[in-house]
Amino acid sequence: MLALDKLSAGYGGFRALFDVSLEVKAGETVAVIGPNGAGKTTLLRAISRLIDPSAGTLSMEGQSLNRVPPHEAVARGIAHVPENRRLFPRLTVEENLRMGAFLPTARAKFAQRLEQVYQLFPRMQERRRQPAGTLSGGEQQMCAIGRALMSGPKLLLLDEPSAGLAPVMVQAIFEVVRKMSNEGYTVLIVEQNIRQVLGIAHRGYLLETGRIRSSGTSAELLASVDIKQAYLGL
Amino acid sequence: MQFFDVFLLEAVLNGVLFGGILALLALGLNLIFGVIDVVWICYAELIMIGMYAVYYLHAVFGWPLWLAFPACIAVVALLGMALHQFVIRPVLAAEPINQLLVTGGVLFLLQGVATLAFGVEFKNLGIQLPPLQLGELYLSSARLVAFVVALGGMIAMYLFLTRTYLGTAIRAISQDRAVMPLMGVNPHRIFLLTSALGGALAGLAACLLVLQYDIHPAIGLSFGPVVFLVCVLGGLGNMIGGFAAAFLFAQFISVGGYFFHLEWGYVIAFVFFIAAMFWRPRGLFGAKS
Repeated sequence: MLALDKLSAGYGGFRALFDVSLEVKAGETVAVIGPNGAGKTTLLRAISRLIDPSAGTLSMEGQSLNRVPPHEAVARGIAHVPENRRLFPRLTVEENLRMGAFLPTARAKFAQRLEQVYQLFPRMQERRRQPAGTLSGGEQQMCAIGRALMSGPKLLLLDEPSAGLAPVMVQAIFEVVRKMSNEGYTVLIVEQNIRQVLGIAHRGYLLETGRIRSSGTSAELLASVDIKQAYLGL
Repeated sequence: MQFFDVFLLEAVLNGVLFGGILALLALGLNLIFGVIDVVWICYAELIMIGMYAVYYLHAVFGWPLWLAFPACIAVVALLGMALHQFVIRPVLAAEPINQLLVTGGVLFLLQGVATLAFGVEFKNLGIQLPPLQLGELYLSSARLVAFVVALGGMIAMYLFLTRTYLGTAIRAISQDRAVMPLMGVNPHRIFLLTSALGGALAGLAACLLVLQYDIHPAIGLSFGPVVFLVCVLGGLGNMIGGFAAAFLFAQFISVGGYFFHLEWGYVIAFVFFIAAMFWRPRGLFGAKS
């Protein structure tokens, strides 16, 4: 579904990604793990076209995305839940979800998808008239994921959904991702919470200083010695 | 109860009517600032152009008013879009002072062009609506019409901003511009739409003002600064605050003018404004953060 071939990208003169090749197949949940500053967020921003690649190719379902303007990535089926959630704080929960369904094709299915999102996150229905800025961190994450789902995406990009959440909420969020994975959503998830994300992902990539260092099934990655040394302190 | 006489009531009612049109003017300026983060210092000049549009279409070319008014709104809406496309867009990332200066430049440009094109003499439609009499009370019916239409325009704008996808996107983009592409929204198109709406509000105001005032190239100066102060008083970018501040400010002018002298009304209103700025520098109702 999604393919990156030797993709490089950065900000201005600063390069954050070097020759990244990566693939996500339909129905897969793929994790990208790595330390702070490895370029994980930049990777997702390049995929959703918020930044331009400086070299390499980016394609979705066989079609190049390299020159697609940022606001058209959603129409190609990519929904990005950005770092820090980025909800509209003074819009209500339901208005935030409405914004996720802004494209005409999504508007037609608004009522149906809203019901699906409320089924996935009953808490969002309870709080639908509340400004999103008044939600707790975990609730905001749910709202942000819900907003992305409202576009009916083929591929969901999640940027550190567990960051800054209380342990109970971290569990809840990963449970949601597992549920979506089981339901057949295609997910590319970036996380620092390695053990847990590899517990739900099919495959993973290890990103370090802008380069893919290793890749494999979640079990392989988890077993790989350097990860244990670098992150699990074993 | 000698204190509470019919003239005071008339002053209060006139203040309410004046407040309505002031609120409409403030809404357009607040909409632009709240969403695009740029102050259209030349806002009143757009209204001046709109007034000339009505004058020429109706009094010179003989269009009926019911046609000249919508045409004026469309013309000023297009002018608003052009202003964004050619003047604001190139300086969107520039310092606020530069943005202020370019729209200030447009102010003098439009005034100059209007002077060259339309001349300096005062023009009017020659329409005199009869005053409305309620017992001993006299009210200007042009003001009453302006009040009702301005209120209707503001309600329509409120419904648009809260009930439609595009309106919600306008409110959303004012809260987080950079995340909008992830919603599939092209921010530039929302800015153009907002500029068209701001222009349309100025056009509507022009239709209402042309029934009450003579037109001349510098007429923008007679209410432009007042509208800007009302917006600041209500909190720049705060549409509800601007609405409340418009009625408050209009009461100061109207009732102050009743107790002392018409010009004193403005003095009292401006003294109140300055005092309010010391007391609450971000406006009575809080500015957009």
